[in-house]
Amino acid sequence: MSAPTTIEDVERRLRERRYIGDRSLATSIFLALQLQKPLFIEGEAGVGKTEAAKVMADVLGARLIRLQCYEGIDLAHAVYEWNYPRQLLHIRLMGEGQDRKAAEREIFSSEFLLRRPLLDAIDNDDATPPVLLIDEIDRSDEEFEAFLLELLSEFQVSIPEIGTIKARQVPFVVITSNRTREVHDALKRRCLYHWIDYPDLDKEVEIVRARAPEAADGLAREVAALVQGLRGMDLYKVPGVAETLDWARSLAALGATQIDAGLVNATMGAALKYQEDLERVREQVPALVEKARRA
Amino acid sequence: MPEAQVDLLPRLGAFARLLHDAGLEAGPRRLTDATRALGFIDLKQHADFRSALRSVFVSRKEDIPTFEAAFDIFWTPPDPRAAAGVIPGRSRALPMAPERAKLWMNALGLNASQLNREQNPTEFPASSSGYSSEELLRHKDFEEMTWAETEQVKRLLEQAPWRVAERRTRRLRPSRSGRIDLRRSARHAIRSSGELMTLFRRKPRVRRRPLVLICDVSGSMERYSRLLMIFAHAISRREDLEAFVFSTRLTRITRLLRHRDLDRALDSVSKGVHDFSGGTRIGDAIGDFNRRWARRVLGHGAVVVIISDGWDRGDPAQLTAELVHLRRSAHRLIWLNPLLGSEGYEPLTRGMAAALPLCDDFLAAHNVDALEDLGRLLASLPPLRGGR
Repeated sequence: MSAPTTIEDVERRLRERRYIGDRSLATSIFLALQLQKPLFIEGEAGVGKTEAAKVMADVLGARLIRLQCYEGIDLAHAVYEWNYPRQLLHIRLMGEGQDRKAAEREIFSSEFLLRRPLLDAIDNDDATPPVLLIDEIDRSDEEFEAFLLELLSEFQVSIPEIGTIKARQVPFVVITSNRTREVHDALKRRCLYHWIDYPDLDKEVEIVRARAPEAADGLAREVAALVQGLRGMDLYKVPGVAETLDWARSLAALGATQIDAGLVNATMGAALKYQEDLERVREQVPALVEKARRA
Repeated sequence: MPEAQVDLLPRLGAFARLLHDAGLEAGPRRLTDATRALGFIDLKQHADFRSALRSVFVSRKEDIPTFEAAFDIFWTPPDPRAAAGVIPGRSRALPMAPERAKLWMNALGLNASQLNREQNPTEFPASSSGYSSEELLRHKDFEEMTWAETEQVKRLLEQAPWRVAERRTRRLRPSRSGRIDLRRSARHAIRSSGELMTLFRRKPRVRRRPLVLICDVSGSMERYSRLLMIFAHAISRREDLEAFVFSTRLTRITRLLRHRDLDRALDSVSKGVHDFSGGTRIGDAIGDFNRRWARRVLGHGAVVVIISDGWDRGDPAQLTAELVHLRRSAHRLIWLNPLLGSEGYEPLTRGMAAALPLCDDFLAAHNVDALEDLGRLLASLPPLRGGR
């Protein structure tokens, strides 16, 4: 599939894949593609950051390569690792007197290399450059960030035994962060930045209809309105769009076509993940339900 | 490139300077990106033009309002109907140094209300030749200090020998003991014909714990505020510090403290915090911290230090609930109370009584000696979770 040629084109393709985003997100994606720069997406948990990258891969007809970050992630998990058990076995099976130099060359060839996501993204011959999703970078640590900074400026990796591998085509890089910590400015400076906010009511209804079609239209609107009401409350963990979708699906699975206080009390766990939040909301369920049904 | 852009480039450069003066990073790299980006945009689409510049010049959520205000001020033609004072659609003023603000107002033909008028910089009396010996100074209550003594305290705090204790991370480093490092062992074995002769090991690296300071600057704490800010500045120079102040509401001052120069840092703190010496609602402030900041700054085994005298006008039950939550997400919760240093003090204020059972440590904070006690405590925290 060819790359989108206009912002409208990006918007339309996202929508065809049931991703309901702002025009400003489409603009950022379009520019990141045109300028060949990584796109740094921030937003609260569950607003569709990861989903945006997945849908982009589909839009471009490209392979999605995903690197999930975590504290302590290192090159062996992110870039490459030698397959040591296989190498050892190979050496043990070799007879005495074989040429050791040749043997070493053999076991340090790409056949014995375990390719992790970053190497995979750099060293690709895909028909369409792949989409590299570096997910939740805020979970990794500063060392890894520094490495990424280097990788994103050069798009090359060096493996001492093999040499430097340079990307023949630059992948489309999407980096996401939940802002559990501040990511270093130097890294962000290399990227185009986009902040995804919670959607307004109409947009959220549209998202529920697109992604949880099993929920009846009335139900979709009521659940979206209910979650919008919850976001206005003083909660430890504000529900994201992902929670709205879970909630709508749960209610639909129970055969509900509209909400009432009993149903909401029974299924609230789909949206609220802290005991204190559940208690706080429980007192106000009737009022919230009434407000949501009027929305 | 469309013709319209020929005269757009100098304007774009000027816009980048405006952003820079308002505190955004708008260097040549971003300007180049912006120029390139506009080549792909239909400039008649105002919203797209705005989005394109936003995605290039903004790198964090907090900068979005500043960007929007600057964009409105710079790119929206002045509305002839606008009365002096407010211009429709331009609600937010840009934070800016006064002399720059004046220049911009002239250049953009604006009236003065658009850009922040800065108050006169807080005047600190010049340090006199007052002398007190270091030892006396260490025990002197902050409340009774002269300005000259404050200057000396500043030096004492900057030279304090302690560092926050380390914690174990999940990143591994080579070591004589610990788990087997398959990578290095196998690497070695391959060089010696496939025999695992030597086992290399590695164990978790240690790093300093992040420190989070939540400091009460309400009216009752006024006489300690400046010294506690000096303390915060001194540790922010060497530790991984997140700092917040509150009286009626919570303000993050981490970035404001980053000036190397103490007086400039204090100046930017006093400009950035709007309710110095107001009333106190500790429960609200901690609640605000829990909801807006805890998940961002309490990773990696952070130690939380609250500095307050516990005079609270809020609801003690709320304070208790918020402290319970905070305690769960922090490695250790320490409460410093300047009043603890005064003779015969009993933590009887409602706020303090509510807080006391929930804190891991309850320490004084009225003189240098007390702050050094805190330093020693921070330096001795265990490297693993738990250990309360």
